[in-house]
Amino acid sequence: MTISLDCERVAKRLSQEFPGSVLAVEKPAIVLEIERLREVAEFLKTSPEFELDYLANLTAVDYLDYFEVVYHLVSLTHNHGLMLKVRCYERTKPMVPSVVDVWRAADFQEREVYDLMGIVFKGHPNLKRLFLWEGFEGHPLRKDYL
Amino acid sequence: MEIEGWELAGSGIHIIDVMEGQKIEELKLASQRAIPDPDDWLEAEVRRNVLLTTVDYAVNWARSRSIFPLMFGLACCAFEMIAAAASRFDIARFGMDIFRWSPRQADLMIVAGTITWKMAPAVKLIYEQMAEPKWVIAMGACAISGGTFRESYSVVPGLNRIVPVDVYVPGCPPRPEGLIYGIRLIHQKIMSESIKKR
Repeated sequence: MTISLDCERVAKRLSQEFPGSVLAVEKPAIVLEIERLREVAEFLKTSPEFELDYLANLTAVDYLDYFEVVYHLVSLTHNHGLMLKVRCYERTKPMVPSVVDVWRAADFQEREVYDLMGIVFKGHPNLKRLFLWEGFEGHPLRKDYL
Repeated sequence: MEIEGWELAGSGIHIIDVMEGQKIEELKLASQRAIPDPDDWLEAEVRRNVLLTTVDYAVNWARSRSIFPLMFGLACCAFEMIAAAASRFDIARFGMDIFRWSPRQADLMIVAGTITWKMAPAVKLIYEQMAEPKWVIAMGACAISGGTFRESYSVVPGLNRIVPVDVYVPGCPPRPEGLIYGIRLIHQKIMSESIKKR
């Protein structure tokens, strides 16, 4: 069974490495500063102490006040996992940096989130609709759809 | 009562009985002759191999007893369709031995499950690729009308919006017996068709 990392400890370590990147610790997740997501992701993947090389899931939640993008990370070598979150307060055109070049698995997952939630992933190489067709109006998993 | 000459002299046998006996013997003798065969003029070889019927009946009989369904499942109804094909229900009993992978070799499309709008062009393309004559079964609530997902933004509200349907099999999902009943209705429909119309 994959062991969940102690997020208090990880948050402390991340604050050391990237001051100001951690906004809050909401067990079992760490909420990150949206601008610092990419460098933290790069660090978590490559550093030998974490080696979170596998993106198990990427999804998004609509809280009406803000969108939350959730990342589930797993290390295949250490067999431990971590959950990251970023928040985006923009509603008309929410922008979140893409992590496709860190984890290739993010490709389809980000397209799905873009399709159903309308969150634009900056730097995604092929950001187009995945489940719905070209020309579909709106993003149906948003709370205010219909 | 005494009738003159009713008896052969001194033998005790009645004349009327003798006449009856003669008549029966005559009839018996006449029935020994063979009844002429109406196919007598045919050669023996031909006579063994000819059967008279209508073209429609023969063609429909062949068609309805050798339907190849298309291997094609969209959602959970497909499992009931697979169960119908497996040994317990065994639609091979109705001449449907093999599910064909290619629409070019299939006669019957069993649309089993929810059709999304993203899937709709593929369903229509497969229908158009099938060679005539072809039949369609809409299996389950979703294929008939969209079912539970009728109001959804992504689901086709009924297969007949895309392709013409011959038989609707209701249920969520229908049991294999239901599907087999639908297939029997297809057989009846084929038997009532004429090659002139298609």
